[in-house]
Formats: sequence, C-alpha cells, structure tokens
Amino acid sequence: MSSSRSAVLDKIKSSLKSEASDQTRREAVAARIKKHDRNLIPNRTAGLDKGGLVDLLETKLKAVDCSVQRLDTLDDVPAAVAEFLKNQNLPATIRQAPHSSLTSLPWSEKAPMVEVSEGRSYGDDLNSLTACHAAVAETGTLMLESGPEGPTTLNFLPDNHIVVLRESQVIGTYEEGWDSLREKRGPADMPRALNMITGPSRTGDIEQTIFLGAHGPRSLHVLIVKD
Amino acid sequence: METQAQEFKSNAVEALANQPLQSAMGKMKKGFTEKRRIAAEGLEEFEQLRDQARDIKNHTLDHLDLYLEAFEEKVKENGGHVHWCADGEEARQTILKICRDLDARTVTKGKSMITEEIELNDFLEKNDVEPVETDLGEYIIQLRGEKPSHIIAPAVHLNQDQVEEDFRRVHTHLPEDRNLVEPRSLVNEARQVLRQRYIDADVGITGANFLIAETGSSVIVTNEGNGDLTQTLPKAHIVVASLEKVVPTLEDASTILRVLARSATGQEFSAYTTFSTGPKRADDPDGPEEYHVVLLDNGRSSMLGTEFQEMLRCIRCGACMNHCPVYHAVGGHAYGSTYVGPMGVVLTPALAGIEETGVLPNASTFCGRCEAVCPMRIPLPKMMRHWREKEFEKHLSPAATRYGIGFWAFFAKRPKLYRWFVSTNLALLKLWGKGDNIRFFPFKDGWTKHRDLPVPEGKSFQQLWKEKQKGAKS
Ligand code: SF4
Repeated sequence: MSSSRSAVLDKIKSSLKSEASDQTRREAVAARIKKHDRNLIPNRTAGLDKGGLVDLLETKLKAVDCSVQRLDTLDDVPAAVAEFLKNQNLPATIRQAPHSSLTSLPWSEKAPMVEVSEGRSYGDDLNSLTACHAAVAETGTLMLESGPEGPTTLNFLPDNHIVVLRESQVIGTYEEGWDSLREKRGPADMPRALNMITGPSRTGDIEQTIFLGAHGPRSLHVLIVKD
Repeated sequence: METQAQEFKSNAVEALANQPLQSAMGKMKKGFTEKRRIAAEGLEEFEQLRDQARDIKNHTLDHLDLYLEAFEEKVKENGGHVHWCADGEEARQTILKICRDLDARTVTKGKSMITEEIELNDFLEKNDVEPVETDLGEYIIQLRGEKPSHIIAPAVHLNQDQVEEDFRRVHTHLPEDRNLVEPRSLVNEARQVLRQRYIDADVGITGANFLIAETGSSVIVTNEGNGDLTQTLPKAHIVVASLEKVVPTLEDASTILRVLARSATGQEFSAYTTFSTGPKRADDPDGPEEYHVVLLDNGRSSMLGTEFQEMLRCIRCGACMNHCPVYHAVGGHAYGSTYVGPMGVVLTPALAGIEETGVLPNASTFCGRCEAVCPMRIPLPKMMRHWREKEFEKHLSPAATRYGIGFWAFFAKRPKLYRWFVSTNLALLKLWGKGDNIRFFPFKDGWTKHRDLPVPEGKSFQQLWKEKQKGAKS
C-alpha cells in the first residue's frame, strides 16, 4: 500500500470540515451504495410494451449506423449471417463466441459455406458473432458481458461485429440492465468487462467529420430474434 | 503542475494571426454547439438530469473519503490494486514501477487528460518505456510533439492537410505515392499503423470517466474503441484517475452518462462505454492479468471546502470550451496549460497556483455561456471572479490594473468629486471626438487599434437615473 493513502484521506477529511459525525457519514454512504436507488428515469420508454420497445431499439440502432434484421428463430441466424457477409462482399468466415445460445446453431445445415470457428480473437478475424446481456432501447445500446461465454476481444478486434439477441432481452433503460445483471450475478458483482456498445467505432478527430471504423468494428449488425 | 500560462497574452496575439488555426477553429465553432443543442432538446428531462447530476456529485464530494475507501475495498476484492498518489511525481514513479516489474518496453495509451496533467509521456520516454497514444487525435498531436488543444478533441486546432503532412513525415514505411487526399484514408492509415501496436504493447494505460464505489469498476467513455483495445490486450491495465472521479453506484453513473455524451459531442450515448472491474478472471478467455488504479490527488483535496469545490464536479465534457468565444478566437494552445477554456481557467490556478496563472481567469468575456451549458451546473464565471479577487488581494495584478482600480476607487469613495469628474470628462471626450467616433486616444490604442470608441451620448448614468427617479415620482 502506498504511503500517501492516509495523507490523502486525512487531507480530504480536514478540508471538508464536515459537521456530521463520522458514524452518520458512514451510514449515509453504506446505505446509498446498498440501496443503489434510481435517479430520474427519462420518460422515453415508459409505457412501451415489448413490441414498442423492440421498435424503438431498431430506430435507435439505425440512428447510430447499425444495420438490423429481425428473425423468427435462432435457427435462422446462420443464413442471416451468410447473407450479411455476402451483401457486404466479405469472406464467408466467422469467429463466434462460445456462448450457450450460439454453440448449437445449425451452420452445416443452413449455411455450409460459412467457415465457423470459436473463441477469442487474436486480431486476425474479419467477422465476429456474439450474444449480449441486454439491449437498451432508450439509446440503442447493447450491453455485453465478458466471461467464458463472451470474449471481449470479439467486440473490438474484428472489422465486422454481428450481435444476436432475443426480443425478451430488449429493455427500456440502463437501470433495468443493472438490475438484471445483479439478479444474474449477485449484488455488486460485475463481469471483468461490461461493454455498452452504441453503434460501430467512429472518430471525429479530423475536422469533426465522422468516419466509422476508427479502431474498432467498421460495421455492427444486430439480429433480433423472436422469443 | 507546470504551465506557460503567463504567456497567454502574447500567445493569443499570435493565435489571432495564425491562419490555419483560425480556419480550424472556424470549423469547430458551429458543429459542436449545434449538435449539443439538438441532443439537449431531444431529451425532455435534460435540464432535470443536469440538476440531479450536480446533486450526485455534491453528495459524493461531501463524502469523498468514504466513497474512495469503498471503491478501494471493491477493487481489492476483485484482485486489483489501488495506488494513492499525492502528486504527479508519485504517480509517475508508481506507473514506472509497474511497467518495470513487467519488463515493459511499450505502453499503449487511451485518451487521458490526467496523464497529460502529470506529463507522463515525456517521463516514460526518458525512462526507456515508449508510450503510444492510440486515440486518433492524441496520436496526431504526439507525432507533432504538441499538447492537446481541447479536452475531448485534442487535434481540433489542425486541418486535414496538416495531418497528411505529419503522416507522410512519420509513416515512411508506407509507399510515398499513396493517396491521402480523402480524410477517410488518414483514418484508415492510423488504424493500420496502430493495430500491431495494441497487440505488441506490454501495458495499457487509460484514464477514467468514472470510478464506481459500489462495484470497484473504472469506466471509460470513447468512440473509437482504442481505449478498449488498450485496456484489453496487454498484460496489465493501469487506470490513472483523479480523486473526484468516484460516484456511488451504477445508477448514479447512468444519470451522469445521460448528460455527458449529449453535452460533449451531441451524441445520445458514446459508441463505447466500458465498465472494467479487476483483472482477468480464472475462466476468462481474454483481458489483462493485472489491474491497477493510480488515484491522483495533485491538489484536489485542497479544493474541497473552498469556493472552488464545485469545480470538482467537472466531468470533462468540453461543452464550456465549445461555447466559449475566447476559446473560439484563440484555440487551446494559447492558454499554455493542460486544461483550457473556461474549465481550464478555473481549474489550472487551483492546481498550479494563482501566482503563475493569474492571467487565465481574466481570459473571459463573462458572457456566461459556459455556465449555461455545463451539464454539472458549475458556476464557472463566479469562480473566475473569485480568482480575480484573489489575484488582486495577493497584489498579483499588473501595476496598470492596480493603479487604475486605485484611481477609480479614490473618486468612487467621494461621490461629489466623482460626479464632477465624470461630467467634465464626458464633455472633454465629446470635444476630442468632435461628435464623431473616437479613432485614436492617447495611451488607449489597445482599444482604438481594433475598434472605434463611441463618443458619450451626453448625460452620465447618474444624471439619467436622477431624472428618471424624479419623473417616476411626479
Ligand atoms: S466545466 Fe462543465 S462544461 Fe466544462 S468540461 Fe467540466 S463539466 Fe463540461
């Protein structure tokens, strides 16, 4: 532990000159963390049913330069991926996340021409396919969780990123995403990386003109599958 | 913190005559403000969210010691390390030690103003560790040996042809006859050049937009994806963050995130907002093996409990400079400090001392636009005034200003004399200007060089006021 720890903390305390007792302050902090109350939630998604949320998500995704396709079943994913790659003139290869929803996709039956491999990326994959934890309709934001089923490298190294999600994963707000994450993992337990992704990579660093594909994916394709 | 703030005035004069800079600033002026306006209007609750964002930070700052302790505990629980650093030197040494322990030769860097503040790149280079900036704007200014001129758009002072020149000068391994006319080709070239650097780097250094006490996470908000590659691929991820970045919960971060991107770039949400929590887990397929948070004070703890505490709410969105007429006119480099624009002229004196930086709080027209757009409702003009008062109290203002104010005060304390002085001078000015605008005035060519001084209308304010009061009574 660095020697400045107590010096910094003491300085903060003496500068603050708080009138509240140490105990009151500690209780306030512990309670706030434990309760993690929501602040004001924008009205934008209030009252929307599932269909309304999915529609809003699609609008918002497109507004941030994603392409979107709706599918009836998970079994339609391989053909949809093959079609996307063909339309974009991309090689028929895909690196997919070892995610339980993806590992049993009927590739050889529905899209035999696509060469599929599984695992993290080391930088030589053009296209990736991943699942996600949730999709936030409010701003078209996908929440992706790292872990054995979700290598983070697949979200950033490939040129083209395809994300599969079920309609039931579409939520209104970030706060709903945190709650479902807590429910899944236990309180205050985060994956090593939680990526909130809103559109493909972009930069405005040259004369404020926006270009896609600065360092991360140049395109982000979202497949929304009915439950 | 070192600054060249004293040179603001001469820098500003040079900047006004610098054609490429003026052309670049002309382009930035409109884009940012329009986009921010549309984004703010596009969210009904935007103004209320600003109030809440302010309240969240106020509460956190009032309990800063405890939230930092809570954050530290969670980082450790997740297998990470927290290094408390009182000043830049301690932070630099801490970072170097982590690099040395890993035999690191190169470090990739995500965009981080804190590492600019502690001048980390120079220091690492001197110690045989090569820092590679990966944000496109930061990469460009690193090639040029410059400092950022904007806190979120570091190369905003440059035009495309200047970037092309730099790429040709540095990327000599690429064919000379390649076409770089399209800005798109510059983006692609940077992507290609930096790709291998991410993979080869031993350590990745990023800043943090937030630290979350509830979970022990650090958060970065980016658009390019460079920060994520920087923190995912190397053996170790070092987060360099100042004390005030902490917020209590994920919910609190979410609220502030709703105003951050909208204020900064006019986006509803930035492309990548990533919460990093500790090093790679046993069953993770990727991620860094070590996770370090370097917590930097560097003068901030002394701002608590003072009239400058509110400045610690700043989330570095850049809206204040995007809307500042002084910044638009002279660009960021004129300020001679890491932090520029309205937030810079308040923060820099607090970190570097008013003695060296007294000129900065005067770099304002007090138009108030910065405060009007600041998502954290920081009263920037008020704090600039506090600094001016301090500058005056400490006898740091230039002699001419001090004598001028003393001269004025002499009359102001003697109302009769004041009235006489004003009315005779009004008459004299009228004579001098011969009823027309005044084009030249002895010792006042600082004013008349650039614009005419209108001739006084006739009566003084006090005379008019008196007449008005009379009129009101009758
Ligand atoms: S002072 Fe306000 S407007 Fe300026 S960078 Fe900080 S938060 Fe943004």
